[in-house]
Amino acid sequence: MCLAIPAQVIELVDIEHAVVDMGGVRKTISTALVDDLQIGDYVIVHVGYALNRLDPEEAAETLRLIAEFSEVANHEIPG
Amino acid sequence: MSPRRETYARKLDLTRGCVEIGHGGGGRAMAQLIEELFLAAFDNDWLRAQDDCARLTVPTGRLVMATDSHVVSPLFFPGGDIGCLSVHGTLNDVAMAGARPLYLAAGFILEEGFPLADLQRIVASMARAARDAEVPIVTGDTKVVERGKGDGVFITTTGVGVIPAGVDISANRARPGDAVLLSGSLGEHGMAVLAQRENLSFDTSIKSDTAALHGLVATMVAAVSDIHCLRDPTRGGLSSALNEIARQSGVGMRLREAAIPVKEPVRALCEFLGLDPLYVANEGKLLAICPAAAADTLLAAMRGHPLGREAALIGEVVADSHGFVEMETVFGGRRLVDWLSGEQLPRIC
Amino acid sequence: MKYLDEFRDGRLAQGLAARIRREIEPERRYALMEFCGGHTHAICRHGIEDLLPAEVRLIHGPGCPVCVLPSGRLQAAINLVERERVMLCSYGDLLRVPGTQGDTLLKAKARGADVRMVYSINDALEIARAHPDRHVVFFAIGFETTTPPTAVVLRQARREKLGNFSVYCNHVLTPPALRALLATDLSSSPQEAAPRGVGGVDGFIGPAHVSTVIGTRAYEFVATEYRRPLVIAGFEPLDVLQSILMLVRQINASEARVENEYTRAVGVDGNRKAQQWMDEVFEVRPSFEWRGLGELPNSALAIRPAFADWDTERRFAVPAIQASDHKACACGEVLRGVKRPEECKVFASACSPDHPLGSCMVSAEGACAAHYHYGRFRQAVTA
Repeated sequence: MCLAIPAQVIELVDIEHAVVDMGGVRKTISTALVDDLQIGDYVIVHVGYALNRLDPEEAAETLRLIAEFSEVANHEIPG
Repeated sequence: MSPRRETYARKLDLTRGCVEIGHGGGGRAMAQLIEELFLAAFDNDWLRAQDDCARLTVPTGRLVMATDSHVVSPLFFPGGDIGCLSVHGTLNDVAMAGARPLYLAAGFILEEGFPLADLQRIVASMARAARDAEVPIVTGDTKVVERGKGDGVFITTTGVGVIPAGVDISANRARPGDAVLLSGSLGEHGMAVLAQRENLSFDTSIKSDTAALHGLVATMVAAVSDIHCLRDPTRGGLSSALNEIARQSGVGMRLREAAIPVKEPVRALCEFLGLDPLYVANEGKLLAICPAAAADTLLAAMRGHPLGREAALIGEVVADSHGFVEMETVFGGRRLVDWLSGEQLPRIC
Repeated sequence: MKYLDEFRDGRLAQGLAARIRREIEPERRYALMEFCGGHTHAICRHGIEDLLPAEVRLIHGPGCPVCVLPSGRLQAAINLVERERVMLCSYGDLLRVPGTQGDTLLKAKARGADVRMVYSINDALEIARAHPDRHVVFFAIGFETTTPPTAVVLRQARREKLGNFSVYCNHVLTPPALRALLATDLSSSPQEAAPRGVGGVDGFIGPAHVSTVIGTRAYEFVATEYRRPLVIAGFEPLDVLQSILMLVRQINASEARVENEYTRAVGVDGNRKAQQWMDEVFEVRPSFEWRGLGELPNSALAIRPAFADWDTERRFAVPAIQASDHKACACGEVLRGVKRPEECKVFASACSPDHPLGSCMVSAEGACAAHYHYGRFRQAVTA
């Protein structure tokens, strides 16, 4: 139920459609569920629909937290 | 004395014409189709003789024969078409025995109404593939079925080749300790074709990797005489190929995910559709299993060939009575590379 | 691939796993359920469990809409497409799932039924527009991630007055299923010093993409009413490991809060517009059968009367077909974490992905299917 991927909006087709790009693959999707998208925004795409925006700052913060928790234990990884 | 060429009342209309039932009838219409379309493209002495068979001279040695039917849809896809695919596919089957392919035969089942322009494109592509591979198409057959009873065109190709002395390559020869090598990145053919299907309108740069591998194989066999197994991971992908070898050799395998090359657009489209690249078809790649001591030499030989530049050592053969093909993930965990009974389907979950 | 690859860093994963190992309290058990089938699939495919200490046990929950679809409802769709000669459009996941007599949509297609696989419900709408002389039925399944697209399409169909399109609605809801699991859990008291026994769930890894739609607020009852911690986790291995660490910390501190690891895509309120449109188009069914879990109240959606013309169950007779699972099927216990897949008597023998006897085996991310497909080598070691 959850297969959704983060993709970047590269073109706004009309008020309810956009072209997104993920890893060089492009698809026209529906943006009916997410308002005020701009080119460059990232969205979560599921079955051809954008479900929500992806917040780049939150993504960076999550990675920072992960690295912080991971870092402290680094010396325990053998080799 | 060369045979008298028939002159026909009108040339075939290769721009707007279509296949008609008469083209398969064995009469003048069929002869014209063969002459103006097939012969014109494949042109060689055997075909010019216009016999129903080809007389061949075969060097001494063990003969290898392979046959493949091609039903791909769509007929034309980025990177290739059913024509070159049918040539490459059979050449590769012959090459996987370590053999040098010598001759090809091609049978066509055409659907009434199929555009002659498309047929010419396909045949030209086959001719080019055969010429580039230096393997002639020496004999063939054509039949026509009624509209609705075929998918445009089905092609069956058969190839023969000869195995050099001292070469013994077979699916039952993998042994614990052997190295598993892959000639390049996975999933390009399958995803290129899938992206073209109706209802899956993805825009990608992915091109089929369809290619004739016998040149690469010749280089490999010259570098390492004791290659145990060769297999091209076509339908069912790398997983089917390795599971089949594991079963026939009575061994298991341990692979390393980090070592298996997959290009980004292939990975991305697989993510969109919930597919695993390990199960996706390849038409220009091969797997090789050889004694561990020869792995470095073999890898270097592969990388020295244009079709093996991204060759990688991806794992090893182990003793395993269950025949499991396992893989170490990039996280250090383990998973089975299971043998699917059917095709992978895109999923939403 | 941006926002995917960074969350799949192997080195960081090993580091998080080491951290989890360090923070585990040896006398505690940590039985964590990942509700979402997509998480189950990701965990098994990446071999995440191999990185975890033995004290952490992952229980694969029932959040797989294909798995919990009653076989009787699937059979009803197979019967419909053959009887009425409609065009049935379906996601790929459903095509090989057996109905009540082992029949499948793919087998019906082989017999001549017009069954088409689509990537998106929007493709089904386009097929309907392109074939005005045929009726197109879309087989809708999924949790709250997949329901909003169906709502979008039904609103569009009504706006266009499209006469040859309808939806066979099998959408289900996540919070009621969580409630059902919690209500039948062996012990409903919060984790105390004594380790919880088998069958108890100590904490939940919450769904990633359902949560982008429903928001974190929807899960508060898990903490306030049932005193269990729940951490909403992104889909990638680093997300799952980070969420496990957050759960371990809560359990160690005897806390029960809803936390959000997937902050880059999930907020407190979720997607309001999606929720509004779902509410406009769907109403809650008083009861709905979940394969493996039985009848659950207020757990599934039906199409509202205002959209009756696009409701397959109103346009056609789609009679309910009763079906019960095989006697030996232990899916109910597997779904609650009482049994592991390999502890089921028929796992990998009579019951396999090719011949599934129960819900956990019918779809790639069902607990048993995922274990069979990715992990069954672990049991075979001594054979």
